Amino acid sequence: MIGVGKMKQYSNVLDKPLSKGKQEVSLTAFSFLFSELVQYNQTQVDNIAELERRLEDAGYAVGARVLELLCNREKGNRRETRLLGILSFVHSTVWKVLFGKIADSLEKGTEHEDEYMISEKELLVNRFISIPKDMGTFNCGAFVAGIVKGVLDNAGFPAVVTAHFVPIEGQQRPRTTILIKFADEVNAYITLFHSLFLKLWDKTLTFDTCSAFFHPFCNRCLKERHG
Amino acid sequence: MSIQDCGTKGRMDTNDSLRVASLWHSMHAISQQLSPVNGCSGIELLEADTFDLHCFQSLPGTKFFVVCEPGTPHMESLLRYIYELYTDYVLKNPFYEIEMPIRCELFDINLTQAVQSDRVALLGR
Repeated sequence: MIGVGKMKQYSNVLDKPLSKGKQEVSLTAFSFLFSELVQYNQTQVDNIAELERRLEDAGYAVGARVLELLCNREKGNRRETRLLGILSFVHSTVWKVLFGKIADSLEKGTEHEDEYMISEKELLVNRFISIPKDMGTFNCGAFVAGIVKGVLDNAGFPAVVTAHFVPIEGQQRPRTTILIKFADEVNAYITLFHSLFLKLWDKTLTFDTCSAFFHPFCNRCLKERHG
Repeated sequence: MSIQDCGTKGRMDTNDSLRVASLWHSMHAISQQLSPVNGCSGIELLEADTFDLHCFQSLPGTKFFVVCEPGTPHMESLLRYIYELYTDYVLKNPFYEIEMPIRCELFDINLTQAVQSDRVALLGR
């Protein structure tokens, strides 16, 4: 047969290299599939909070797998250990692979120390969806919140992630914000590293140098610096 | 069945709109039977003294019709565009039930934008 010699035959399917695959999927096909996912879950639950929970669980499974895939494909199997690192990984790499563009913005929350927000003018999953008035603040972006939670939990940064509509003045449609609130353990890891670091190194190192080297968002550093 | 009132000249109240829609549905079906030519797909244009009625039927049989002033151009392309909006913002919405009145915010927003007079001319392609 012509051409069969060109492709290297792999005896074991596990030896085949992971191809990048087709980069694009029809938006319409995805929209119908997602719409069906939402409709199916609506029949299984009694209230809106449960529906949100179900969508989040569905996204969690996606997030866990996406993390594994991207760590292998994009980062050469290196594990991200810094908070800022994993956040920018989600904000750029994960978003680029899933939605074709990086997220609009990544911000640190002003009210609480361990809260961060990824904002988007309109989530891709919500593109064709209009929420009826009687469903209140329900957001199908709970699916995307679940994806982010899946990535963060499996990377070792447990967090509570939710999706919210944020109305903007002058615009008809509200923005969507994914709110990430890290669990207390994450804070503890950072403080632990900080104290270890100080003990090992010369104590005259300023906190500025320390934070620049180690962890820009360390709570103790910020407290010492700003009082 | 779902009716949008975007006009500036006259307004139809709900009862009238329902009457027009059901009348039109029957007329459309009858005209398909009456036609002397085989393979007729129904009435596409009804011209009267004070109004024109353009009708567009999609492949699955959903009918879109627009009542406008006589001689308004580009109505066919408008109807085709509205059909696109329907497939996008209504059919892909998980909260829309088939055959129910359309209550989709995105559909309404885009529809009002499309019907604004300066935009309709752009649709004539």
